[in-house]
Amino acid sequence: MAANRDSEVHVRIQTSADIVAARQQGRSLASQAGFSHSNLTIIATAISEIARNIVEYAKEGEVIITLINDGSNKGVEIVAADQGPGIADVSTVMRDGYSTGRGLGIGLPGARRLMDEFEIASEIGIGTTVTMKKWVA
Amino acid sequence: MAVPILKQSQYLIASIQSALSDQDLLGLRDDLARLVGQHRARGVIIDVTALDVLDSFATRTLRAIAYMTKLRGAETVIVGIQPDVALAMVQLGMTLEDVLTALDLEEGLAFLNQRLESSHGSQ
Repeated sequence: MAANRDSEVHVRIQTSADIVAARQQGRSLASQAGFSHSNLTIIATAISEIARNIVEYAKEGEVIITLINDGSNKGVEIVAADQGPGIADVSTVMRDGYSTGRGLGIGLPGARRLMDEFEIASEIGIGTTVTMKKWVA
Repeated sequence: MAVPILKQSQYLIASIQSALSDQDLLGLRDDLARLVGQHRARGVIIDVTALDVLDSFATRTLRAIAYMTKLRGAETVIVGIQPDVALAMVQLGMTLEDVLTALDLEEGLAFLNQRLESSHGSQ
């Protein structure tokens, strides 16, 4: 079922300070959906990981946080989109411990563990889009 | 925003006041590595009570600080990890491995005092 989309915020990601802004704005918007305090922390942590991926590999991009609602349940959708170099093999980057950057390779697989739904689409030379969702109940 | 670092007897106390960017965390790492030598500190406490997120970068940097200060002769204790933050770290898959932690500043100071006493006692 297509989820209804309520309000959304866009955060431009270029520097590490923008990572902090994205997770703070994400937490604040998600709190309107009625998430518990611990789930808000989990959502903010997941946003931090995918926003850092933009800074580290694509230099710039955008994080869009949207309140969603499928009729019986409320939730939040987070999209991190960039026009960076893209990922050749998505299944490799989703493996714990794989990294070509400064990271530990925990960012994307870690974010997937934190959220209920997680998808990644990437094309070499075009960019990468991570879409993840968490539901209140 | 730079993290204020206070000196209290042989210890340095870094008291984080607000959310930190990656740059701020690296600044804290560099400041502590330098100040441990400058003040001949034997222990470092990093109070993260104010942090509402400890993601993979922050965790990795705290671990690096603990190892670096140890190489400079000072033990680091991380204090004040909030319960929700601890839960998110576990789900994310991050660990602080052999980094020392304590509930709060008071416990952290008690822990360092005990450790320094027992190391004097064994000499």
